[in-house]
Amino acid sequence: MAEDIKDRIDEKVKNNKIMLYMKGTPDFPQCGFSAHTVEILKSYGFPFATEDVLADPTVRDGIKRYSNWPTIPQVYIDGKFVGGCDILHELHERGELEPMLKSAFGK
Amino acid sequence: MISPEEIKKTVTKALPVTVIETQDLTGGGDHWQLIIVSPAFEGKGLIEQHRMVNEALKEPMGDQRIHALSLKTYSPAQWEKLGS
Repeated sequence: MAEDIKDRIDEKVKNNKIMLYMKGTPDFPQCGFSAHTVEILKSYGFPFATEDVLADPTVRDGIKRYSNWPTIPQVYIDGKFVGGCDILHELHERGELEPMLKSAFGK
Repeated sequence: MISPEEIKKTVTKALPVTVIETQDLTGGGDHWQLIIVSPAFEGKGLIEQHRMVNEALKEPMGDQRIHALSLKTYSPAQWEKLGS
């Protein structure tokens, strides 16, 4: 994978406590899975950064290689890949997401 | 699109599976939700469990016969706890 795209992703993932790669934007998600992921993240009230993969095919392809994960959305917390919509939903249901987020924000 | 039989066959070829349920989310045969219980998931995190299924379904996902895949994965112990 090209170094520049990897560096670009690296930088965002490391500089944002929560980084979400999605289709569309939080206000106008372009896919149901992305919309649901935004909904879950919003419910905790922590700030999160997003990037719209539909706006840039290099990112759309690059992010899948970066995490070796075939689908979008992708959530990164505290620099670490956490999963997509299903995993976030499951962690949310199990009550495991909140402590992860709190610890990322030092609370 | 892909048939539920084909999905089941492909997954069970790659993984030991005790339960596999398929649901066609849109009726179009390309948006699927799967529930999979496998002893191979024991002691593994969700990412790793999902990776194993993604890997098994790499071909139909790569050629877009599966366009969207939603997964629920459990080890037999976790499945038992759900009371199912």
